[in-house]
Amino acid sequence: MKISVQREDFDLSLETKNLSRSEGVGAVASFVGIVRDVHMTLEHYSGMTENSIRKIVEDACTRWKVMDCTVIHRYGELSPHDQIVLVAVASAHRGDAFSACEFIMDYLKTQAPFWKKEHRPEGAAWVEARASDDDATVRWEPPARKAS
Amino acid sequence: MKVKVLFFAALREQLGTAGEEIDLPAGVATVAALRGHLARRGGPWEGALAEKKNVRAAVNQDMANPGAAIRAGDEIAFFPPVTGG
Repeated sequence: MKISVQREDFDLSLETKNLSRSEGVGAVASFVGIVRDVHMTLEHYSGMTENSIRKIVEDACTRWKVMDCTVIHRYGELSPHDQIVLVAVASAHRGDAFSACEFIMDYLKTQAPFWKKEHRPEGAAWVEARASDDDATVRWEPPARKAS
Repeated sequence: MKVKVLFFAALREQLGTAGEEIDLPAGVATVAALRGHLARRGGPWEGALAEKKNVRAAVNQDMANPGAAIRAGDEIAFFPPVTGG
């Protein structure tokens, strides 16, 4: 498992290649988040960020057959078209890899302590959290927890 | 009881500080009690930490509910809902 919170950019093909080396890997599913249309600053809670991502990945490993996983999240100044986040999961088959990748990404959006500040011509503003991101995690919860 | 309190993102800007060491009076033993204690400072504290505001918390770098206990030496962080990814 590789978890990195860093200012520097990352190379998807290099990370995929590294995940492909595990014995028995038959699939690597990956997601790359990109800055859409505005300059931004990403702040994070150093220490807690890494811990929370590790917990999410460990949770994913109990639900699906994950052979290896890489999560990279950038912070600092980012510009349109920059890569922000990478989640890549290696498994024997695509089903586990796809599901675990989506699960990790959904929880990362609501649990990992990052905050985006957008710099628009009219001024800088912190991005508001979206209810749809919370909704995205609900579908992974067992029915008992969903009801509470 | 001494604890370390941290603030992030919009909350850090509203309060004008990234954190502090604070000596808590007896009876302030949960995340919610600490939040109320800080809000009673008035001014920006009252506004930013008011009950109606959506503020999340972590104790020793773990997400924590308002009822979570705090102990001497803990690191308690308050922040807005996260917006990474």
